[in-house]
Amino acid sequence: MKKHLLSTADLSKDDALLLLDTAEELARLADRPIKKLPTLRGRTVVNLFFEDSTRTRISFEAAAKRLSADVINFTAKGSSVTKGESLKDTALTLQAMGADAVVVRHSASGAPHRLATSGWINGSVVNAGDGTHEHPTQALLDAYTMRRHLGSLDGRRITIVGDVLHSRVARSNVLLLTTLGAGVTLVAPPTLLPVGVGGWPGETSYDLDAVLPKSDVVMMLRVQRERMTAAYFPSAREYSRRYGLDRHRLGVLPPHAIVMHPGPMNRGMEIAAEVADCDRAVIVEQVANGVSIRMAVLYLLLGGSEPAGAPSRGGSQLSRQADDGKELETAEVAR
Amino acid sequence: MTMGGEWLIRDARQLGRDQSDLLLRDGLIAEIGPAGSISAPAGAQVYDADGLVALPGLVDLHTHLREPGREDAETVESGTRAAALGGYTAVFAMPNTEPAADSAGVVEQVWRLGREAGHCDVQPIGAVTAGRRGEALAELGAMAESAAAVRVFSDDGNCVDDAVLMRRALEYVKAFDGVIAQHAQEPRLTQDAQMNEGELSGVLGLTGWPAAAEEAVIARDALLAAHVGSRLHVCHVSTAGSVEIIRWAKGKGWNVTAEVTPHHLLLTDELVRSYDPLYKVNPPLRTADDLAALRAGLADGTIDAVATDHAPHPVEDKDCEWAAAAFGMVGLETALSVVCAAMVETGLLDWAGVADRMSVRPARIGRLGDHGQLQGQETARPNGRRAGETDVPDEPSRASGGVRFAEGQVANITLVDPAARWTVDPAALAGRSRNTPFAGRELPARVVATFLRGCPTVIDGKPA
Repeated sequence: MKKHLLSTADLSKDDALLLLDTAEELARLADRPIKKLPTLRGRTVVNLFFEDSTRTRISFEAAAKRLSADVINFTAKGSSVTKGESLKDTALTLQAMGADAVVVRHSASGAPHRLATSGWINGSVVNAGDGTHEHPTQALLDAYTMRRHLGSLDGRRITIVGDVLHSRVARSNVLLLTTLGAGVTLVAPPTLLPVGVGGWPGETSYDLDAVLPKSDVVMMLRVQRERMTAAYFPSAREYSRRYGLDRHRLGVLPPHAIVMHPGPMNRGMEIAAEVADCDRAVIVEQVANGVSIRMAVLYLLLGGSEPAGAPSRGGSQLSRQADDGKELETAEVAR
Repeated sequence: MTMGGEWLIRDARQLGRDQSDLLLRDGLIAEIGPAGSISAPAGAQVYDADGLVALPGLVDLHTHLREPGREDAETVESGTRAAALGGYTAVFAMPNTEPAADSAGVVEQVWRLGREAGHCDVQPIGAVTAGRRGEALAELGAMAESAAAVRVFSDDGNCVDDAVLMRRALEYVKAFDGVIAQHAQEPRLTQDAQMNEGELSGVLGLTGWPAAAEEAVIARDALLAAHVGSRLHVCHVSTAGSVEIIRWAKGKGWNVTAEVTPHHLLLTDELVRSYDPLYKVNPPLRTADDLAALRAGLADGTIDAVATDHAPHPVEDKDCEWAAAAFGMVGLETALSVVCAAMVETGLLDWAGVADRMSVRPARIGRLGDHGQLQGQETARPNGRRAGETDVPDEPSRASGGVRFAEGQVANITLVDPAARWTVDPAALAGRSRNTPFAGRELPARVVATFLRGCPTVIDGKPA
């Protein structure tokens, strides 16, 4: 594992599998009465959010706290784009506070990359979504969710539908799923596919109905209604008719196929309410899996580098720490 | 600055060819002779230029001096000092200052500041439209008649995208032999654009800047210039398609000229992968195919000039995330070296070609009589090389048939050490800003001395 998690392109297949396996092990611990591990005791994780995302922030916060890290939530109102405090000054402040990891969400593509390479901070940087670039932990939790339902992703066919042009989720997923051996098909109106998408791994299609019958997973992306006014498509209704997942299209999917959505959903736009709520939809599960994945990321980026406990695979080390943790928690409660 | 009396430049290779002695007196080249043939008159200073190439003083058609308004980034004094160190004897100052140079008052102020600094001639460019807002013509005639005698007009940074306004501007400046230098960028197609649109912009999640947004404006303007019989100059051409359109327009015999920046000749959009805003520039860095077409276009003369688009910015405007950063790179002190790396070392241009593209033609486009003076005709080079073709240069024409310095010319001369190699250190730049994309890069050739009207502004690589 590298020091930072900026893009899923940074992950080798072994890295990705280690993250998924570690997350699985950590998820099992979540069933125990005491969920906390002492791994990151004394470490500080800063959630640096330049863009509102309560869901992602609390997911990272829960993950860090379950690993016993100190968590600081730093919500910057407006970035330097809107003439608030600059990214650099914010970073220098965090550095002065001694942040071991900075989880950053930013509206500018590449902002986490900038933090990691500028020399402003020493800690690990975790990209929690940057502009229209990437959202690696979302892709990891998506892959984790798929694996729970389908087993190995090798040779699986994943269909991602919607606003690929502006989607950081799509970018991270294409890279990660390809690394894991899956075949990805991007489906969108041509206006919502980036120029040069032909060079990406996988395939593209403008025809959802043709792709659905051979899909093991269909992932619907959020389509913002604002895109309509910028002439990406004529109307919400037309988009919905051509690219929305409704009950009829659900019926075309193979019986084992699952339906995913990174949220928040536009019910009635890219996904019909009855599809979002059906038993093939694993959307709520995705959210739940987010905490385990983010624990695995923090554990491997920070704890995994500890000389005392640096397992090459999550395994026995984790179990031992879990036992330690139980003792510790008990001791603290007794005190 | 003292009017430095007489200077004898010994053993300089004129345009990289035969070794000559040049005697400078009263601002002119008083005498030219074979190496060792001229003896120094009493009181004359002698400069040993053995191994150095003598070029006509370089002329930059596209410089941002930032004064008035952004003296934190650059001033006329600091920018022209940098220019002299880069071998320039004249720079055209772009009008996107605060206030904009859209009136006789502002262009005269910039012109006067240039004269006072004395490092090189400063020729202000006037704004095409009032406030560079693209709504109404600025008082072009008043600027033309001012002490600054403006001949080049541009809204650089903004495109004159209104077709009627552009047509009128092209027509109007015919009255005083002016030229419109267009920043070709269709604004709607480039809204919030951050980098060249291609596979990489999709991967990096940065809003793309399609080549068509530049090419469409160039094509339209070439047609307009032909229709009204006026002169069009295209700023900072950056795409292979633009080169093709300009080649087509020139082939029609239309009066269209074009410039390319040094950075577009050496750098590609791959650098944007770093998300380091030092590589953020307008127009954006393009692909390797574009770069090859730009080099070929400059070599065959489709592109007339190299112009720096020297764009100084304070540190805080680059020390941030990509989207928040300012567009632009400084270039005056590295331009000649970059052109040497991209064009001379690759065999695409010889030193006479460099003189033509960095001095003679830009001076002619901007109607600067005292600069870019050479005598004679270069042997014709075959035209119409296609972009991307391996470009084997013709045997450089020998002094017998080619251009050369002539006695009686204004003594604007740059001496270059073609064998030198140096590493760009931003902290060592003379300008006020440090935003060079070449930091840490080793480049060939170094300006050793610059003479402005017979007086050194730079000697031994340092301000005189």
